[in-house]
Amino acid sequence: MAFKQSKVAALLNEPGCEHNHQKGVGKNKACKQQAQPGAAQGGCAFDGASIALVPITDAAHLVHGPIACAGNSWGSRGSLSSGPMTYKMGFTTDLSENDIIFGGEKKLYKAIKEVCDRYQPAAVFVYLTCVTALIGDDLDAVCQAATQKFGTPIIPVNSPGFAGTKNMGNRMAGEALLDHVVGTVEPEYTTPYDINLIGEYNIAGELWGVLPLFEKLGIRVLAKITGDARYQDVCSAHRAKLNVMICSKALINMGRKMEEKYGIPYIEESFYGIADMNRCLRNIAAKLGDRELQERVENLISEETAKLNQALIPYRSRLQGKRMVLYTGGVKSWSVISAAQDLGMEVVATSTKKSTEEDKARIKELLGKDGIMLQKGNAQELLRVIAKTKADLLVAGGRNQYTALKARIPFLDINQERHHPYAGYVGLVEMAREIDEALHSPIWAQVRKPAPWTVNSYHVAASIG
Amino acid sequence: MTTVTSRKKSVAVNPLKQSQPLGAALAFLGLKGTVPLFHGSQGCTAFAKVLLVRHFREAIPLATTAMTEVSTILGGEDNVEQAILTLVEKAKPEIIALFTTGLTETRGDDMKGILRTFRESHPELDSLPIVFVSTPDYKGAMQDGFAAAVREIVATDFGSRDESLVEMLPQVTILAGSLLSPGDVAEIKQIVQDFGLKPLILPDISGSLDGHLEDEYQTTTAGGTSLEQLRNLNQSTFTLAIGESMRSPAETLQQQFGTNYEVFPQLAGLEAVDKFLWRLSQIVNSRHDPHFIKPPTVPNKYEIQRRQLQDAILDTHFYFGRKRISLALEPDLLYQTAWLLHNMGAEIQAAVTTTKSPILSDLPVDSVTIGDLEDLEDLAAGSDLIIANSQAKSLAKKLHIPLYRLGYPIYDRLGNGYRFLISYRGTIQFLFDIGNIFIEQEESQNNH
Ligand code: SF4
Repeated sequence: MAFKQSKVAALLNEPGCEHNHQKGVGKNKACKQQAQPGAAQGGCAFDGASIALVPITDAAHLVHGPIACAGNSWGSRGSLSSGPMTYKMGFTTDLSENDIIFGGEKKLYKAIKEVCDRYQPAAVFVYLTCVTALIGDDLDAVCQAATQKFGTPIIPVNSPGFAGTKNMGNRMAGEALLDHVVGTVEPEYTTPYDINLIGEYNIAGELWGVLPLFEKLGIRVLAKITGDARYQDVCSAHRAKLNVMICSKALINMGRKMEEKYGIPYIEESFYGIADMNRCLRNIAAKLGDRELQERVENLISEETAKLNQALIPYRSRLQGKRMVLYTGGVKSWSVISAAQDLGMEVVATSTKKSTEEDKARIKELLGKDGIMLQKGNAQELLRVIAKTKADLLVAGGRNQYTALKARIPFLDINQERHHPYAGYVGLVEMAREIDEALHSPIWAQVRKPAPWTVNSYHVAASIG
Repeated sequence: MTTVTSRKKSVAVNPLKQSQPLGAALAFLGLKGTVPLFHGSQGCTAFAKVLLVRHFREAIPLATTAMTEVSTILGGEDNVEQAILTLVEKAKPEIIALFTTGLTETRGDDMKGILRTFRESHPELDSLPIVFVSTPDYKGAMQDGFAAAVREIVATDFGSRDESLVEMLPQVTILAGSLLSPGDVAEIKQIVQDFGLKPLILPDISGSLDGHLEDEYQTTTAGGTSLEQLRNLNQSTFTLAIGESMRSPAETLQQQFGTNYEVFPQLAGLEAVDKFLWRLSQIVNSRHDPHFIKPPTVPNKYEIQRRQLQDAILDTHFYFGRKRISLALEPDLLYQTAWLLHNMGAEIQAAVTTTKSPILSDLPVDSVTIGDLEDLEDLAAGSDLIIANSQAKSLAKKLHIPLYRLGYPIYDRLGNGYRFLISYRGTIQFLFDIGNIFIEQEESQNNH
């Protein structure tokens, strides 16, 4: 197998990752953690790599493998673009049996040429998948040759699904960016207020709720890595003054290595909820080290929070004391908890499956002593907890939507495929509106109502008799 | 005679096809009490799950053997064993439905050997049937995987039936091909019952994916063809195979049990439905069954529906005449749809499909391309309508051609488990839906 095992091992031992800070038992747990045979399943490393890279909108994303990987997934990512649509197209070498017997490198090379000729993308990201890793196709060599020949950057992404989970794939994507993209182009100009946003994918247009804030403050987002990104911007990301990691565990290797290589410090922030959004802006201002900027931030915060509090008034009274079960991975748990508490809601249980020790400590603090932390979870377990806590609402990823709905429980989608942006101050209002709608919909009574002839028939009969 | 072509290119752009394991998973979802088990790495299952969940808007039980880099080198034996044992413990399935993926086929896991060893070391599970099918990703498409799964199901020995259950009605086997939606299957079931026959539908996705609300949480498929039904396959008097891809399982049934069969390559449009009902009435009449008091003919409601369809054809034909329509569908669904439209006076401008099939040579169009949505984009310019899955949305928009959604996946329309487009009634609905699109289009053009 030509696939680089050493690289996988290095990624698993990513020192910037909280999962690795705890030595001894449980070390590396969340990154190595793979699905158990026969159990429910999450996405593969290839899935994770595409989540992190596909949002680069002017690039083509070419999946090297049989139809399975691209055929079932292309075009389904929830990240939005303000311009180019190349990223939404599906490209794959669609290997046949012959290709697998004789090797897929030639076909890959031709495929890259055809993509460049017809679609002229800013770059082509080529993804190695299980089968092409197994047959030993030399991805790096083909990409290198193609880059030289076609005058377009061709980026190898070593992300065969069997190498690990989505998390692992995120990191492989980060590695590809570090090795082949970041630092290859100088920005036209720089300012003292240049930052990169890392790990924010503009799901449902979430970035667009936050970018205007930066603009108002005079902070320039040099590179978005990678929500609504242009390839060129990512190339010049090495000239930023600060890396802001959003949902940071996913691409933590980028933050750490860019600090090492380019001396760019990084901070880990979240855009969900008032408290986190405020903290994020304050931390950025503090790190950029500018009094005036800090003042502007304080002014903006009081302006925005005043507006927000006004906008939330009608929802707060309706959401006060409502109970939520939150089921999502990693950092989002604590950031969504604080958003929920901003709305006066109570989070009665949350998953900590993918959380680091630091996340868990933070979650514990936010949940209080009665909060339930779900270590493991499947649909049944989830329903049991919802019943036990008498929760009013499940907030989870789309995969669990029908678990909730089938149990006739209100549901809010918080992950990849959702349609509403919840980031920033405006996002919180959106979230409040969505939760309110979910909780107070007139449908719940109907879907829970038994047929009149299945209950109380005795009473009816008695009253007639 | 239609020529089948494929364009010489090395890259598939905006793929139309999905792979065999997805088809196998869908077929197995039509068995009751199972959790389709992918033998491969976890991502394949996750992607399939997301696709099916978005299409049907249902919770879809699927599992993986979770092959890793290491287990791929060592071989999948332990993973298969562990996966089955975990499923047995957690989900308590009545049937294990196992199929391969590109990874495990490329590696060349000896599945027969693996399953033999499993049986030897787990005699306590002797009564648990295991259906296994080989579905490499690098061959064929969804329809092939679906057909292969059905072929393996009918070839599997599920044990002998419960003789104490007395059959009151003559039973017919319906092999329900991948061109049928859950709503289609439910409609077929109803029709067969209306003829006084007992339908044994395989696979019966109408029982599991029709979108009904259960009272309890389901760990396996909630409905579908039951184990007891599978044990009764030899009791059928006839096999009705819907879709050309169901021919081979029908042949298998004939070889095994001597059951005669007829293949219905389509079940939409007047003639096709006529043929189907005619066959049902013949099955009924040919039986001298003591339970029948008098030989039933075609139930009156179908006489009425047939007249309604004829009327709908008259009403809608103004809008279909000389319309150019481009299609991108799997072979069986392409065949049914193309002929229906052709018989309404429309012209098939372009046809793109996913995989080889003998039926492709008999389409109402000069040539059909085995290809992708890029091919469709090149061929469809200037048509009045595109019929394809939701993925064709952006190309339809680009070409300013309306899109009618059919096939998999459809993630931006509701009711994919419920809608039916076969039978007299389904055909009527289809004609109205398409006719309305043409009316809307005409109006918007007049307004310019
Ligand atoms: S697990 Fe492997 S074969 Fe399956 S989708 Fe992921 S990369 Fe592709």
